[in-house]
Amino acid sequence: MSTISAPHTHETTTTTKSHDCAAELAGYLVEFDAVDPLFDAAEQMRESGFTRWDIHTPFPVHGLDKVMGVKPTILPKMVFLGGLTGCLLGLFLTNYTNGVELLGENALPLPFAQFSGYQFQISGKPYFSLPAFIPVIFELTILFSALTAVFGMLALNNLPFFTKPMLANERFRQVTNDKFFVYVDASDPRFHATQTVETLRGIGGSEPIRVNARTGSIAPPKWMLAAGVIGACFALIPLVVIVKARNSKSREPRIHIIQDMDNQERYKGQMSNDIFRDGRAMRPEVAATVARGDIRAISGDVHYSEGLENGAWATTFPTRIEINADLLDRGEERFGVYCAPCHGLDGYGNGAVAARYMEGREGWANWVTPTSLHDQTVRDRAHGHLFNTISNGIRSMPPYSASIPIEDRWAIVSYVRALQKSSNATLSDVPADVRAELEARE
Amino acid sequence: MATIPAEIDNTFENPRQRAPLVVGGHDYRSLTEQVSYVSEARRAPTSWYVLFAISVGILGAFGAMIGYLVLTGVGVWGVNTPVAWGFAIINFVFWVGIGHAGTLISAILFLFRQNWRTAINRFAEAMTIFAVICAGTFPGIHVGRAWLAYWLFPIPNQMAMWPQFRSPLLWDVFAVGTYFTVSLLFWYVGLIPDLATFRDRATGKIKRFAYGLFSLGWNGSTRHWHRYERAYLILAALATPLVLSVHSVVSFDFAVSQLPGWHTTILPPYFVAGAIFSGFGMVVTLAVPARELFGLKDIITMRHLENMNKIILATGTIVGYAYSMEFFIAWYSGVEFEKFAFVSRALGPYAAAYWTMFICNAFIPQIFWFKWARTNIWLMFIVSIFVNIGMWFERYVIVVTSLSTDFLPSSWHPYVPTWVDIGMLVGSFGLFFTFFLLFCRYLPIVALAEVKAVMPKKEEQAAGGHA
Repeated sequence: MSTISAPHTHETTTTTKSHDCAAELAGYLVEFDAVDPLFDAAEQMRESGFTRWDIHTPFPVHGLDKVMGVKPTILPKMVFLGGLTGCLLGLFLTNYTNGVELLGENALPLPFAQFSGYQFQISGKPYFSLPAFIPVIFELTILFSALTAVFGMLALNNLPFFTKPMLANERFRQVTNDKFFVYVDASDPRFHATQTVETLRGIGGSEPIRVNARTGSIAPPKWMLAAGVIGACFALIPLVVIVKARNSKSREPRIHIIQDMDNQERYKGQMSNDIFRDGRAMRPEVAATVARGDIRAISGDVHYSEGLENGAWATTFPTRIEINADLLDRGEERFGVYCAPCHGLDGYGNGAVAARYMEGREGWANWVTPTSLHDQTVRDRAHGHLFNTISNGIRSMPPYSASIPIEDRWAIVSYVRALQKSSNATLSDVPADVRAELEARE
Repeated sequence: MATIPAEIDNTFENPRQRAPLVVGGHDYRSLTEQVSYVSEARRAPTSWYVLFAISVGILGAFGAMIGYLVLTGVGVWGVNTPVAWGFAIINFVFWVGIGHAGTLISAILFLFRQNWRTAINRFAEAMTIFAVICAGTFPGIHVGRAWLAYWLFPIPNQMAMWPQFRSPLLWDVFAVGTYFTVSLLFWYVGLIPDLATFRDRATGKIKRFAYGLFSLGWNGSTRHWHRYERAYLILAALATPLVLSVHSVVSFDFAVSQLPGWHTTILPPYFVAGAIFSGFGMVVTLAVPARELFGLKDIITMRHLENMNKIILATGTIVGYAYSMEFFIAWYSGVEFEKFAFVSRALGPYAAAYWTMFICNAFIPQIFWFKWARTNIWLMFIVSIFVNIGMWFERYVIVVTSLSTDFLPSSWHPYVPTWVDIGMLVGSFGLFFTFFLLFCRYLPIVALAEVKAVMPKKEEQAAGGHA
């Protein structure tokens, strides 16, 4: 196909200054049909001293950039820096978030507390375990390098650029198909309206094609701008709602989108329920039944059930309880189950639970050390008083009336008494018949 | 279309003559027209509409099933102790693996200067992206409370908690995330010049605007091409270790655990080879109908298909070697649990799945030793389907057999997928093909600029030679 035969009236050159034309001159294009003549043309253009010129091709023509004198791009160096950034970021991210915990004195000020790392203890591995962090560091290196390569290339190429004058030229559209173009920009210092056209005629290819500068508005239509602005405003609404919610107080319950079984549909005390005639959700006691804890009313023996004797703590064991070796054994066994975890097997208040808290865990403000059962105050307490403490709890010790039957509670009291005695005994407390045996041992 | 001469045989091996990569006597213009025809035709082939309707239907069902899963919980799947990783993880590994062929073609073959890649790289890359989208769907919904899936990412939060960076599952997040991003960039960078071609040919206002927007004002400047090619080379050099790392990291999900059958060092290379194998299987599955449907037989020639079949043969043999080596090492290790794990794979309750895998992957592709098999359209299509099936079953065998017989024999339990499991596997194909068919219809399916660069120059085209 002949390239100069096309009757493009506007695009044929007029060899006059641009102000004679309706539109301002942006530059000239020369069309080529094949690759090989481009090399000659490039050489001539370079020799003519042009600087703002280019060759446009449908595909990369290798070697043409060298002939044109295009300097090697700095892109590889940029990619190296991008990759280095990714690598360092990966190193920091993994080691900081999994290896450093800013707590106590080193804590970050409150709004930034969430930026503290979190020391994960995983199978006893060190906090800074580089081999396990390598995959993430590697991937971030690649990611940052690739992002730099693509966006660096676009930035160096000054893309996106939608308003290049030549893009409006009808014939230039073939540049993405099968035509090749040499372009000289009118802003080139060596550009001269008449001489340049002559030069261009000499490099082979078609008659130079005039490219007009873009005239008129190249802005997108108004409705598109309006739609964009409105869309952007709407897109901000969720963000604004979140910011407001986080920074204001309300009497309304908080918005709870994902329930996660946090609020369950069930009846609680003082709620009403239409199912029942009286409208109460919680049911009163059923007639002729006895609730747990109301057992006292039946037994009538407050000495036995509460450890009270004439309104004061009983100093004796109830008559129903027979003190013998079986009771003490039972008491020892129950003591080991219920009491020893805190008070310790020997009753000095050094049980496993207590020992764990003593192990240097600071700042447990609510922690109350278990009482030693060998304190004078405890030793001086009446049997009934000890029984009551087991039944109803004291300070942070919970009540055990629900978990230990009455007989067992008395058994524990008897064992505690034996324990106290054993820790404060003298030789004179030992019965005469075994005293000789003890003395013999020494 | 009708002017294109009948296909010539370019599968010859003559060291004195380079086989032509484009047949049918094309020049740059006819090539452009051939490829643009697909998206410029007022009507796509009827089969396109049929396939698209089916795909969108399946995609809709997939969406509904995801909704059902999220609202109800993962109990709708067949997963339970001890097989807590069912179809979701199998499908994840399957789809990630499919993607690898695209990156191999676009990056590794580029570095090795295999010019034949130019005809197939575009849609293989598209396949990669859509496959990774399918893959990414499954772990996202497998976490149970899908609305908390953002916990996978290191985002500062009021709990002052961070992801656990020593976990292979977290490596996966970074590996697959990076893989998707880099594949997308690679694909898009390659698309820019071809989108410009479509922009310059577009007649409608909307098309002109859309193609114009995404081609970023590309004008084919040599100065731009210079940096563009450098960027492309760098991306290829980055994607090559990346693609090897991604499936290695996926294999770490298994290899780093201590389950017999998973805890083996062969897993990373075995997974990578399997991924490329399955990916090429999928490329052939897609390429054979696509070149028929869109009239691309001159560009995706028999030589291209034959080359891909050779890669299927090579990687299939590697995979077969890995299957055998697993057995050898299980015996050689002297660990009875390891031995048991493999013997029960082959002879236990999942033997059917195991032998499906073995026959489809290790035996059937061996037919490609023969040239008549490599150049037979129907045969290669059927083999590629078998490869897809076999590779899905490979992941099924790995995930299910080891988990269902865990350390405590009293808790052994067979794995039975529910209809939702099977529906979601099918549904992910709906997602994949919907994207793929849209891509075929509206985007340049062949990398025009790249193919033109490897075509004989115009002067030689005129002479009719393929020197």
